[in-house]
Amino acid sequence: MDKSQTLAPLPAEPPPGCPFSPPQEYAGLRIEHPVSRVSLPDGSWAWLLTRYADIRGALSDPRFSSDVNAPGFPRSGMVTAGEGSSLIRTDPPEHGRRRRMLTRPFTVKSVSALRPRIQQITDQLCDGLEEQKGKEGPEGSVDLVRSLALPLPSLVISLLLGVPYEDRDLFQSITATVLSRVNTEEERTTARKELRAYLDHLVADKEGNPGDDILSELVHERMREGQLTREEVTGTATLLLIAGHETTANMIGLGALTLIRNPRAADELREDPSLMPGAVEELLRFHSITRSGPRRAATADVEVGGQLIKAGEGIVCAVASANRDPEQFPDGDTFDIRRRNAQHHIAFGYGVHQCLGQSLARAELEISLNTLLARFPELRLAVEFEDVPFRRDMLVYGCHELPVTW
Amino acid sequence: MKISVDTEKCCGAGQCVLVAPEIFDQDEDGIVILLDPAPPTICVTPSRTPWPSALRM
Repeated sequence: MDKSQTLAPLPAEPPPGCPFSPPQEYAGLRIEHPVSRVSLPDGSWAWLLTRYADIRGALSDPRFSSDVNAPGFPRSGMVTAGEGSSLIRTDPPEHGRRRRMLTRPFTVKSVSALRPRIQQITDQLCDGLEEQKGKEGPEGSVDLVRSLALPLPSLVISLLLGVPYEDRDLFQSITATVLSRVNTEEERTTARKELRAYLDHLVADKEGNPGDDILSELVHERMREGQLTREEVTGTATLLLIAGHETTANMIGLGALTLIRNPRAADELREDPSLMPGAVEELLRFHSITRSGPRRAATADVEVGGQLIKAGEGIVCAVASANRDPEQFPDGDTFDIRRRNAQHHIAFGYGVHQCLGQSLARAELEISLNTLLARFPELRLAVEFEDVPFRRDMLVYGCHELPVTW
Repeated sequence: MKISVDTEKCCGAGQCVLVAPEIFDQDEDGIVILLDPAPPTICVTPSRTPWPSALRM
């Protein structure tokens, strides 16, 4: 039966005039139909989960598969090309085997050790902001997305992957093109090919000239042992780059904008930077930028929130709804840097697939926002809030541009 | 309170270290190390806390 004819589409748009809010359908769905059928762009349908408890339950339930090739997996409207065999699409036990090859650089300790380098990169980018504004004159504005939010995670991941210093600009320009809306689809496709070719070349280089980086470790400890193919190593590098770049960049942009819009919170954080880790958790909860999933396919009949989901049916987990669920976060539509349980958000997902780079993302957010607050206390929007272009059409929410001045 | 960990289930995300560094650590591959299986006090409410599924209290 084709149920899509009468089904509401998967909610995507924030309410008019409220770019910081998730789609307004969620609040009603959580009460009336916490597990409801929705239609997807290709005419197929899936179950949409909107409650915190249901989503956490499903994401830690091994009967739900992350494999896009599993029967019923809701692929429509997702970018799945080229990631068929990647880590994020692999189920246990193979998933655990492959994930453990990558955890070392992302532990809390490893990331703590990396903090001085992240601070250094942030300081240099902020120097660049000042220079750029100087060129534009006193009334000039600077795009915070292009000048800080995008390059910071790109430079950090290039450090981890072991991109040689002299290649940083090239690497950053290719990744910026892949992720930018300003460029045409053709330009982005070309950039994706260039990136793939660059990473292939980098993997080959690491075979002869190993360094203290993730790629060298994968090449010398895993590829040589036959645990990973060369293609899998390059695929892993691509995944780490994309996963660690676009998401963090959008959170830095949204974080800066949120603090501009909440000057009292900004003042409190400037006076007491020890509040920043909690504020970062609240920013992650409040914005929940992953807007297309996580998605899974049921491999057995499973009951979720009183609804039977049959084997071979797909689910879409509305993380942005879960993180505003009043059952878990009272007054959840309010941004509160002192919220007691903000860290219980599931913006990084939940269960075995939860974000591998979450400690790194937290560090980049804390450092970039603390530095912005300290160095640019007069930071403000250079355009009207209504004119900030939001990524309504993208799988990862955020701002396309953030023109600021001070 | 008694805590045990299942290192087979641990996904190495480091959430436990972040929440309670006096109780948990990670080995160099990110897998959980239990520093104190019987902490004297606990300042979080277990039923409201997203403990990773590798933890049992």
